[in-house]
Amino acid sequence: MPVEQITFWIFSAIMIASALRVITARNPVHSVLFLVLTFFTAAALWLLLEAEFLGIVLVLVYVGAVMVLFLFVVMMIDVNIAPLREGFVRFLPLGALVGIVMVAELVLIVGPRYFGSDRYEAPPSAPADYSNTEALGRLLYSEYLYQFEIAAFILLVSIIAAITLTMRKRPETTKYQTPGNQVRADRADRLRVVRMDSERRERP
Amino acid sequence: MTSQFLPLLPEITLAIGACVVLVVDLFVPAERRDTTYLLALAALVATLVATVVGQPDGVRILFGGSYIADPMSRLLKLAVIVLTFFVFVYSRPYLAGRGLYNGEFFALGLFGLLGMLIMISGYSMLTVYLGLELLSLCQYALVAFNRDSPRASEAAMKYFVLGAFASGMLLYGMSLIYGLTGSLEVIEIHNYLIRNGVDQIGALLGLIFIIVGLSFKLGAVPFHAWVPDVYEGAPTAVALYIASAPKVAAFALFMRMLAEGLGVLQADWQVMLAVLAVLSLVLGNVVAIAQTNLKRMLAYSTISHVGFILLGILAGTAQGYSAAMFYVIFYAMVTAGAFGMIILLSRRGLEAEQLEDFRGLNARSPWFALMMLFIMFSMAGVPPFAGFYAKLSVLRAVVQVDEIWLAIVAVVFSVVGAFYYLRVVKLMYFDEPVETGAFQEGGGLRAALSVNGLSMLALGLYPAALMSWCVAAVSW
Amino acid sequence: MMESIAAMWSALPELLRVSLVIQGKILLIIVPVMLSVAYLTYAERRVIGYMQRRRGPNRVGYYGLLQPIADGLKLLSKEVILPTNANRFLFLLAPILSIGPALAAWAVIPFSEGWILADIDAALLYVLALTAIGVYGVIIAGWASNSKYAFLGAMRSAAQMVSYEIAMGFALVGVLMAGGSLNLGAITQAQEGGLFSWFWLPLLPLFVVYFIAGVAETNRLPFDVAEGESEIVAGFHVEYSGMAFAIFFLAEYANMILIAALAGVLFLGGWQSPFPDGTDGLHWFLVKTAVMAFFYLWFRATFPRYRYDQVMRLGWKVFIPVTIIWIFVEGVMAWFQVGPWSV
Repeated sequence: MPVEQITFWIFSAIMIASALRVITARNPVHSVLFLVLTFFTAAALWLLLEAEFLGIVLVLVYVGAVMVLFLFVVMMIDVNIAPLREGFVRFLPLGALVGIVMVAELVLIVGPRYFGSDRYEAPPSAPADYSNTEALGRLLYSEYLYQFEIAAFILLVSIIAAITLTMRKRPETTKYQTPGNQVRADRADRLRVVRMDSERRERP
Repeated sequence: MTSQFLPLLPEITLAIGACVVLVVDLFVPAERRDTTYLLALAALVATLVATVVGQPDGVRILFGGSYIADPMSRLLKLAVIVLTFFVFVYSRPYLAGRGLYNGEFFALGLFGLLGMLIMISGYSMLTVYLGLELLSLCQYALVAFNRDSPRASEAAMKYFVLGAFASGMLLYGMSLIYGLTGSLEVIEIHNYLIRNGVDQIGALLGLIFIIVGLSFKLGAVPFHAWVPDVYEGAPTAVALYIASAPKVAAFALFMRMLAEGLGVLQADWQVMLAVLAVLSLVLGNVVAIAQTNLKRMLAYSTISHVGFILLGILAGTAQGYSAAMFYVIFYAMVTAGAFGMIILLSRRGLEAEQLEDFRGLNARSPWFALMMLFIMFSMAGVPPFAGFYAKLSVLRAVVQVDEIWLAIVAVVFSVVGAFYYLRVVKLMYFDEPVETGAFQEGGGLRAALSVNGLSMLALGLYPAALMSWCVAAVSW
Repeated sequence: MMESIAAMWSALPELLRVSLVIQGKILLIIVPVMLSVAYLTYAERRVIGYMQRRRGPNRVGYYGLLQPIADGLKLLSKEVILPTNANRFLFLLAPILSIGPALAAWAVIPFSEGWILADIDAALLYVLALTAIGVYGVIIAGWASNSKYAFLGAMRSAAQMVSYEIAMGFALVGVLMAGGSLNLGAITQAQEGGLFSWFWLPLLPLFVVYFIAGVAETNRLPFDVAEGESEIVAGFHVEYSGMAFAIFFLAEYANMILIAALAGVLFLGGWQSPFPDGTDGLHWFLVKTAVMAFFYLWFRATFPRYRYDQVMRLGWKVFIPVTIIWIFVEGVMAWFQVGPWSV
């Protein structure tokens, strides 16, 4: 078996195992950490597909930023898992049914019948000097310019929404420092050097 | 290069306008918030002008098939821009009276409108999806806009979770279709399906997921659970926004995805839409009877109207499409009017969302009682108001494709629905007023409401004015 | 003798040979890095000592040169204490997670022309991604310790590192625009031509932001709120002792050297000589790294610690706008073919 295949199997196995642990782990922090591992192995699989830009960006954005904030929140709020598990048995049959239907559909569709390797031959591997960062950039800024700009607006809106929903004016009594004023503070305004002649204390 | 971007003029104008509103608002003190409001209205007018002037005639497809400017997009864009204008005019006094008069409302509203324009002009699944997400994000934030109201937060949470789920469904369906046809562009998908025939199971599953996602956004049964909660929990101004213009955009989505992209699968989606339509008609009309809260009642009435819109689409003929388009525009206008009335009657400390609050309105203000009468009669489908013609044209389209039983169901449940609309009229005219407080201030609100109510009568008397546009819009 | 070794070598399967060569190269990088780390701690104590008019360690070996070795031996012989109720696995995983990325990032650093372990295209992104992963060591350490101080430190450092990553990333966007590549070797070559064609001059605001953000990323003074001895004892590693603590220490210093080396490569021409006709080579890379690392020590001796909210303010409200504006300026200049960016 060539090295790529061995690597693929190893990473896939880790990915599936950790994805399972995400939903089975009892401790929410562990769940998040397993999710991080899942993303990381997914990035490794991207690398195997010669999509190094996407792989690294997955690590940079999801692992490095999104999941850190996620972890931050999960650690802070101290999720109590017990109430979340209430009614598990009651909803299990329905959930299982929906799950089974979904899996059945998936197997039906994403099987060899439609997406078999005979229908989609492997693309030739890119030459060594091929930079998919550049290729992606060219596509994004030409063919997909419109979608790219819309995505930018979506991000802008999410910033506005987050700030609208969370920023509150502090009460008037809150004391602020104004860094600008601090920087502008001048020695001449605050400090006066007084020259005094030394005095001799009279001995009684 | 310039000519390539010319059809995009409305979107570009609106995007710039929204950013200007956002930035200017930062520097406007709270007591001069009207500046922001007027700027937002100016942005809408500019967008309207850009749509009328900038959009070329005929069909133009840009960006490698991901943007389309055609008669349908022009008509629907005009509709959503005008509706948003009314929404803003109605909202101002409501927001001002409740300490919610922030620039962000208008900025988010404008960005949401941008999302709608993108959806209406979207011609690839990617664009459509992005537009939908832009709109949805604004809606989630707007529902939670009144941060101190636990009900609004709860509604926003429900809406967000269910909305994300529906987006997931939609994306899943899109990815299946993409995998099978190898393209994201509506036109390419259409051509592929015609060329290579329909591979039943695969395309069907993709279709199912897409319909589930879209029906959720439109609020059709059984994907309607969020509608009453959101309408009731959100501030009235926001419910007004969500209930009106976005439905027009969602209709555009149905047209682009089903009628144009997956038109080959028409036989399949007709059946699915028939089930959704019948369920929506039955559940919407029956449950609405039991409501005492006017906002909840309007929510269920929305669901029943969605049933009618779906009926028009499922007819699958040009006549059906134009009837559905007429219906959705009429529906958005009439709903905006109904919420506008709630805002007119409300004031600080009183939401005026109970049916009781409309008791004896005639004694307090004959003119606005008359306007509410127009609106309610329109919703019920009483001639000569617009609703009658809208329902009639949909039914005619359905009958023409020999779906008689669907038409019968629709008529029966319209009659059931008439009960709760007429109950409001009865309360207004034949009951004694319990509430005698003054109306909401605001000349703009009163003028807009009058225009809105009278337009229901005008559209009912001269439906051809709008109908001929709708017919022209679907004659591709 | 030599022949028999050569014969044995060629008898090995190719995969094994390749992997042995790579492992040899890795050793060639890691051993000097670790030695530098050891002597950076020594240099730190001596330099700060002189800045404060004292001598610093001078007892072990000539001029105290064996001090790092002695410290290392001492730490090795100490017990690694596991706090009660600590999460044992994560507690021990955290130091590894913090040193792993710190060393792995060296794979893409060009030491001299062609002297590079992995000459990949997206090297700059790779470095950013690895520095981003480094934060997990800190967070997990803080959480797994089951200690309030450690947790506070972890939270502070997570927020700080995520914030400064943005400024740092934007500063690097400027570099890649100027260099026209994500490959560190190519970026170095784009700065050919002596002191005044290095990127520090045209990208001066970005250079300053990058290096300060780098100091914040490594949790070093004056941004060491994650450790904050006077407030939260030692922050995230308060519960660590012995070798586990030493590994955090190593990671911190390895990261410092990495940031210094990157500053050299990205803004100061890497291995290139400051004189137009001087000889390029490894020595210039080392000199630049050493100079930048010296700044770290200098900062530590000079500046008082920032308060936490001031750190965040500086990152979000000063650095990020500065970088965005400069990227814009750069774009405009590149478009109009002004200055060094006649693309």
